Amino acid sequence: MHAPNWKADFLKQTDEAGIMVEQLAIGPADLWQIASDDWQRFAQLALQHNLRWAAGWAEQARDWFLINACFEREGRYILLRTRVHNPKPELPSQATVYPAASRSERHTQDMFGVNFAGHPDNRPWTRHKAWPKTRYPLRKDFPVQGEPEAVTPPDRDYPFVKAYGAGVYEIPVGPVHAGIIEPGHFRFQAVGETILNLEERLGYVHKGIEKIAEGRTPEQLARLASRVSGDTTVGHCWAACLAMERAAGIEIPPRAALIRGILAERERVANHLGDMGAICNDVGFAFAHMQFARLRELWLRCNEQLFGHRLLMDRIVPGGVDCDVSEQAGIAIKRGIYQLKVELGEVLPALDLNSSLEDRLYTAGLLPEAIAAAFGALGFVGRASGQDFDVRRDAPYAPYDRLTVKVPVETQADIASRFWVRYKEISVALKLIGQFIDLLSPGDLRSAWKTPEAGREGLGIVEGWRGEIITYIRFDAGNTIARCYPRDPSLLNWPVLEKLVLDNIVPDFPVCNKSVNGSYSGHDL
Amino acid sequence: MNWLLAMSQTVLFVALAPLLAGWIKCCKCRLQNRKAPSLFQPYRDLLKLTRKQPVVSDQASWIFTISPYIIFSAMVLAASIVPLIAVDLPTSASADVIVLIGFFSFARFFLALAGLDIGTAFGGMGSSREMTISTLAEPAMLMGIFALTMSASTTNLSLAIDFVLDEGLVLRPSFIFALLSLMLVAIAETGRIPVDNPATHLELTMIHEAMILEYSGRHLALIEWASQLKLMLYGVLIANIFFPWGIAERITPGDLGYGLLFIIGKLAFLSILLALSETLFAKMRLFRVQEYLSFAYLLGLLGMLSHIILEGAR
Repeated sequence: MHAPNWKADFLKQTDEAGIMVEQLAIGPADLWQIASDDWQRFAQLALQHNLRWAAGWAEQARDWFLINACFEREGRYILLRTRVHNPKPELPSQATVYPAASRSERHTQDMFGVNFAGHPDNRPWTRHKAWPKTRYPLRKDFPVQGEPEAVTPPDRDYPFVKAYGAGVYEIPVGPVHAGIIEPGHFRFQAVGETILNLEERLGYVHKGIEKIAEGRTPEQLARLASRVSGDTTVGHCWAACLAMERAAGIEIPPRAALIRGILAERERVANHLGDMGAICNDVGFAFAHMQFARLRELWLRCNEQLFGHRLLMDRIVPGGVDCDVSEQAGIAIKRGIYQLKVELGEVLPALDLNSSLEDRLYTAGLLPEAIAAAFGALGFVGRASGQDFDVRRDAPYAPYDRLTVKVPVETQADIASRFWVRYKEISVALKLIGQFIDLLSPGDLRSAWKTPEAGREGLGIVEGWRGEIITYIRFDAGNTIARCYPRDPSLLNWPVLEKLVLDNIVPDFPVCNKSVNGSYSGHDL
Repeated sequence: MNWLLAMSQTVLFVALAPLLAGWIKCCKCRLQNRKAPSLFQPYRDLLKLTRKQPVVSDQASWIFTISPYIIFSAMVLAASIVPLIAVDLPTSASADVIVLIGFFSFARFFLALAGLDIGTAFGGMGSSREMTISTLAEPAMLMGIFALTMSASTTNLSLAIDFVLDEGLVLRPSFIFALLSLMLVAIAETGRIPVDNPATHLELTMIHEAMILEYSGRHLALIEWASQLKLMLYGVLIANIFFPWGIAERITPGDLGYGLLFIIGKLAFLSILLALSETLFAKMRLFRVQEYLSFAYLLGLLGMLSHIILEGAR
């Protein structure tokens, strides 16, 4: 890593620009407080310094709103904070500088009524028609039960981008799809079969996670975090527990950290196997789909047998883990890894040699490096487009700080690239699981919980299978949660899909979508 | 008597079509390491659909409701002129292969109209794709058929089969080209992988399925049955024109029985080939279909040329 003191350089620049930065610390990040008028100017400087916009959220503190944005460079995080006064909360938008911040700011605008001045796209986002125009569900005066009407009015007059001209054909898809997938609306404008523009409309699985998190105990919050996105249950639960443990100042036992690592890597392998099969299925190659489905099923059954849950839900708890890996279990896991390697070794050459599959996956769904960088694409989507970032390696947390994590990166940037990055990540994950098992030594599985003081906050940043997950937590008095915001990697990967399908043909959209595989639930919260 | 036999042959054709679909599914499942559903599952599905109330959009015109009947009747008529277990039946004498292609086009015309009629984006998209493909598939099919009929000097299917039977097993380059051409066209026309995927749920990738997305109940049952018939028609065409041996030339119970056994055997074998290709290949990109069908056309053309150059002198 180069330029180890970029923070010092950056601070000097902000100082010259006349931005007053008040420095504090929170968890693994530096907390910098600035005046709300400098919000956008700070972002401009940050962009000049190649900082990546990673997350954004708000919270209400009586008459004030605290607005946060999280930036990252070379594995070091800065949490930027400002506050705006309630009657007319307004601050300049960062979305003009960082396109990645756009949907997050729209979300904050919908949920808190904080106005981001100069935002390039002021349409509602998470807000459909479930609340009246003047009600903001994440404000403290909004009841947790909500104020549901008997019938939620349809989200009818959303002003979609229009295209005019002879031969422009508009195809609305969803929100209800034919397959067993989550709801989301896609609006295509196509000429012939070529996609001119794609617009996503999400928010159909808004469950009010942020609202119902308030007032929970740490155990209850961990259970909620496990359900932010069912396929990332380990990742989100870990991020939330890490944030809470940092806020409470708790170190988890080394054995628990290693078991968390095993769980997270097992989740990664299962999901990558499913995705690789699904990509093949979307180009009509059922054989590979069935093979991957079989391998994934065997893997999940092993989860059920050893950890008591196929998807490993609720195995991570605040302060440690709720399951153990015995010596026999360790042997069984290693045997499973060996079997998987052997079987993948048989299936993958067959796929690699299949020219009809190659024809579909290569050069389709290109995501240029520059766009991936501008939108802060995460996980395998970013890594297939040259974004060399992995929390496990660049900002390691226990147990990844005990060993080296190899991060596969490709620059071909197409669907095939995203397919093979997944495969390489499976190999890395299998190796990591083996190493974690070897490192296991007898010890506690759970540290005693210490009730944190009111107002303590923590930031949990982990590498879920889709990429970096950032969870922010603030405690209230009496061991309850005041604010929780989980940022799923899908928030940053969904906008990228709109870009990578351009100039592809309409029938190639499903496989492009599957190669990104964003979570609707994790995005809509 | 012959008319009665012709009628019962058509009934048999219509009755067996779902079984063929079930068999193909069975082969595919086995090749993909899956447990197969029962061979008779397509019959159960059809029965289930007929029991369900069809839901018709209030935007639909009469074209939408009448199309399933037209499509199904066109396929039944087409089935009546293709010799299944016996040649020289009166129905096959009354119409030739060009009429057969006419029936297919007629059915497709109404299917595409029905897709457009409902006014959904998917229906229009499917109709547009179907017509694009058919404009390429029809010439290729005609070219393959012409290569064949020039050898037999007739466009009548029964007479062509008689000709092949009389000639015995002669290795004709024109027949091989025509066979390959027809097989490629058959895959495209019946909406199988690699051109279309009959098993997909992805609306945006569909061709045939996109047009019929809005159909339900007995309407859907008729259209599904018609597609199964079409698949069987192509199978029987290929099996009986190029490999007619075993078909009943005389109307005796024994010959007819053999004829039935042989055609079942031939179709079962062709289905295995189809299932194998569907397992080995991914679906191609939509714009590769034109290359694929141009290749089929080229094969048909080569068949005709090789007939003129190599076989014409005889």
